[in-house]
Amino acid sequence: MSDDLEALIRSALARALESIGSVDDSESMRAVAAELTGKKGPLAELRARLGGIDDIEQKRRVGKALAEATAEMEQALEVKSQTVSDREMRDRIAAERMDLTEMLTPPRRGRSHIVTQAMQRLEDVFVGMGFEVAEGPEVETDFYNFEALNMPKSHPARSEFDTMFIEPHAAAPEPNSVLLRTHTSPVQIRLMQRSKPPIYAVMPGRVFRRDTPDATHMPVFHQIEGLVVDKGITFAHLAGTIEAFTKAFFGSDFTSRLRPSFFPFTEPSAEFDIRQKDGAWIELGGCGMVHPNVLRAGGIDPEEYTGFAFGFGIDRMAKERHAVADIREMYTNDLRFLRQFR
Amino acid sequence: MKILLSWLNEFADFGNDHLALADALTASGLAVESIEHVGGRVEGVVVARVLRVERHPDAEKVRRVWVDAGDGIERHVWCGASNMVAGDLVPLAALDTTMPDGRTILRRGILGIDSEGMLCSATELGLGGDAGGILILRADLPLGVNVFDALGVHPDVVFDLDVTRNRPDCNGYLGVARDLAARMGLQLRHPALDTTPLAGERGVPVTVESPERCPRFSITVMTGITVGPSPDWIVRRLADAGMRSINNVVDVSNLVNLELNQPNHAYDLSAVADGFVVRTAVDGESMVTLDGAERLLGPDDLLICDAVRRPVGIAGIMGGRDSEVTDATTAIALEIAYFEPGGIARSVSRLALRTEASLRFERGVDPHNVETVVGRFAMLLRETCPSLAVHAGGTDVVSVTLPPRERPVALRCSQVSRTLGVDVDVARIASLLNPIGFVVSDEGEGRATVVVPSWRSDCTEEIDLIEEIARHVGYDALGKAVPKSPVHGRLTPAQQRRRLLREVVLSLGASEAMPNPFLAPGDLADAGADESAALRLSNPLVAEESILRTSLRPGLLKAIAHNQSHRNVDVALFELGHVYPQGSDVLPGEFQSLCLMFAGHDAAKAVDVWSQVSDALDVGAQVDSTAAPAGYHPTRSATLRRGKTVLGAMGEIDPVVLRRYGIDGRVACLELNADIVCNEEPKIPVAKSVSRFPSSDFDLAFVLDEGTPAGVLTRALRQGGGALVVSLDLFDVYRGAGLPTGARSLAYRLRVQADDRTLTDAEVAGVREACIAAATKAGAALR
Repeated sequence: MSDDLEALIRSALARALESIGSVDDSESMRAVAAELTGKKGPLAELRARLGGIDDIEQKRRVGKALAEATAEMEQALEVKSQTVSDREMRDRIAAERMDLTEMLTPPRRGRSHIVTQAMQRLEDVFVGMGFEVAEGPEVETDFYNFEALNMPKSHPARSEFDTMFIEPHAAAPEPNSVLLRTHTSPVQIRLMQRSKPPIYAVMPGRVFRRDTPDATHMPVFHQIEGLVVDKGITFAHLAGTIEAFTKAFFGSDFTSRLRPSFFPFTEPSAEFDIRQKDGAWIELGGCGMVHPNVLRAGGIDPEEYTGFAFGFGIDRMAKERHAVADIREMYTNDLRFLRQFR
Repeated sequence: MKILLSWLNEFADFGNDHLALADALTASGLAVESIEHVGGRVEGVVVARVLRVERHPDAEKVRRVWVDAGDGIERHVWCGASNMVAGDLVPLAALDTTMPDGRTILRRGILGIDSEGMLCSATELGLGGDAGGILILRADLPLGVNVFDALGVHPDVVFDLDVTRNRPDCNGYLGVARDLAARMGLQLRHPALDTTPLAGERGVPVTVESPERCPRFSITVMTGITVGPSPDWIVRRLADAGMRSINNVVDVSNLVNLELNQPNHAYDLSAVADGFVVRTAVDGESMVTLDGAERLLGPDDLLICDAVRRPVGIAGIMGGRDSEVTDATTAIALEIAYFEPGGIARSVSRLALRTEASLRFERGVDPHNVETVVGRFAMLLRETCPSLAVHAGGTDVVSVTLPPRERPVALRCSQVSRTLGVDVDVARIASLLNPIGFVVSDEGEGRATVVVPSWRSDCTEEIDLIEEIARHVGYDALGKAVPKSPVHGRLTPAQQRRRLLREVVLSLGASEAMPNPFLAPGDLADAGADESAALRLSNPLVAEESILRTSLRPGLLKAIAHNQSHRNVDVALFELGHVYPQGSDVLPGEFQSLCLMFAGHDAAKAVDVWSQVSDALDVGAQVDSTAAPAGYHPTRSATLRRGKTVLGAMGEIDPVVLRRYGIDGRVACLELNADIVCNEEPKIPVAKSVSRFPSSDFDLAFVLDEGTPAGVLTRALRQGGGALVVSLDLFDVYRGAGLPTGARSLAYRLRVQADDRTLTDAEVAGVREACIAAATKAGAALR
């Protein structure tokens, strides 16, 4: 009987291996595996007959043969299953090829205007240097734009600011009393009036001059000014701040110099120039110690505090950074132009 | 101000290192804007005499000229100019001469006849002046000698200085030299004055009717004058300064002005012998000035008149024609005056007439310069008029408003160091300021009195002196130190939110435009905005830019039209900028507005954009579609509001507006008051633990009349479902077969979940029923 059984085990195994060998896909693999390893599987059925063997030795031998056959079958199942799934994965990958260059024009992120980009870079540099960012209105009164900046009515320097005035109306009947700010300096006065020193602030914004547009000028353009008012502020602090800014914004190869100039709202006044290593000097902007009359107009006692201020144009900076040929092109709002600047 | 180096060197030994001098000038506040080399000698150009000039029948535009260059050889040259005649002396450039422009003179033949050189114009030789013809030289020059040697022209350098408003003294050589000499530690040489004793008294009566406008008016009579050409050196100097030589008298007047920064005027004495009246013009009065133009004058213009009140000049600006010095003049009345600067400036801007004289009077000349100017004038004129007599008894009318000769200003050393960061004592201040004519007296205890000279009208207070000290110490010597900011550098929360707003808008695909904030009349009305609320410019550059925008829409609509006309597709633009609606205050109700436009998209895009902005910035608003916002599509738009406050608008631009702006297709638009959006402080979110219990989903579809906004139904569902509804999404809208006309189907997916338990089927059913009830009440029918 045991010989019988052993022969049955061998033939069951052979059949099992044959049916495993015939498997072609994972679906039949699962069915075959379930059939062969289930309770009604050929080897499982033979295992039930093991109990009918009385001879211990014989029982052990048959049991061992059955275990070996089962292990061999399971091994074959596993190998085949892996083969099938590997092949199927290969087939799938081959079949599901995608051409990743076959794309429709996707929606794109918009672009910031290059003036905004320059303004934000400047703000970030000054914030890093311990400055706040202050803002104010673009339509201003004569007081904030001129008078408080040491340019009383009939001051000759006023004529140098080609000013655009608002036509008188019911709420502002006096001619030439309301205007478009010609610089961001009115924000300095407003800032001094609303906050006590120490003041460390920059004022970026849009300004207006009655200039006919050409390749390098627009009647509407942008400036950033800085104002520092504190106890013990000296001209050396002005020069040091300009130098620190120059290096932070343009790079450590750059250096700065101040040379005497004239502005009604600062004294001593200076132009500041920057220079790249071995390069020529480029005029950047104006600066100086805040004139005592300006501090007074801002409600600050010039005997207690001193301060400095500086300012320069942003549009020209953006124009030169991106080598724009004609500044007017920056304001055509043509998408072909705008989209160039990430 | 153009400064000739050789001339400047007459005032001190500055040397000829023009680059170092340019740096010194710039560093002392007289920015050198350009450096020009003049009078560079050209080798091979000699003085030659024209022997004869002939035409050639086959070459009408050129002349054949035979010249003698002193060697007795007759040379033939072709010449394009025709201003020379036989006997004239002219510059001849020999063959192979290299001209200043780099050209080499070649044996250039015309009609097979060679040219043995070239006759030159002044311009071709780099001598300035007339380019129109051959330079005709003075008849007494020696033949064959280099023209530059014969004329005494030497290479020179012209600095063009940018003289700022606070340096009135530097519109003359003496002022520039004084400053530069002080900076370089050199001795200043004052120009030589005439020392010939005065001749007998000859005065001219003067009446000054407007002493406040003319605080000083002096007349000196000079006789024994022969009007003729100026010596070469004066002609050259004026040419290098950009002035034309007129005659010896006028040239001296101009030269003295350049040297001493004192405009002066020489009248033919015979025209003004009866006297002068200085008065303001009467309305409508006019006169013909030296340049031949008739000037219409007003009561704020100051006139110099003859004894019968006939104008002979506009004070401080330009003389008249009738009293000019002529070839027949033998005696002059020399006017040296001080005019109130503000009045001159007003006349200059009113008459749009700017002259060498007005430039200086406007800035302020030395009011105490009369004797020096007369002495210098006589000194220079005597070179061509040896029998010149300067007469005593001149008239000098001085008013009490004339600025004083010496102006004391108090100065504290402590203020100097507070401002400049360097410690200076009175002795050091004196060593810096004395060389520029300031007189410093030590008052003890770190105080000084500084007497400001009369040529520095700009220095009136302590800070002006501090600036002078800074300039003469040298800005570079004041050091550089970074102040330690005690302020926490940062963007304000509102500024940070504005950057976030930009980021969101950029990520939605819109690029930033910067349209002109000035609009043409009609632009606002065309966009559906109220143009009457807009401010207008009283002096616009052009009428098309005379209105201040109250809305960003016109600018963006123009930008879209521009892009469409250039066939740019997918035009998505935004602007974040100020608008200026007129308010009830002096200043308008200015605020920052955000406007986005998506061409080729319908209102759904605007809704999508709003929902993204609203989500990213955590700003909410009621979508009020009861009435279309002005300029928007009447049935595809809504106002975003919070009660009475309008936050913005969204939808499509009104097709009528699009037609007016020439835009094809639809344009989706979202506008927000960026100030409100950014100034809002978002609540800090409080963490809520996510529920551990299972959730259940169910869908509900309703039929809703087109007249009822979907938002009403959504709100009803949310309220009806109560707190157990954790999400509510509209996922399908259907219009078409199977529905009543004028209605659509809206399908929602709801998820219900509790924080503390698993909901029973009955509870879920209860929420569902409550939602249906609320929807039904809102006018929807379950589908």
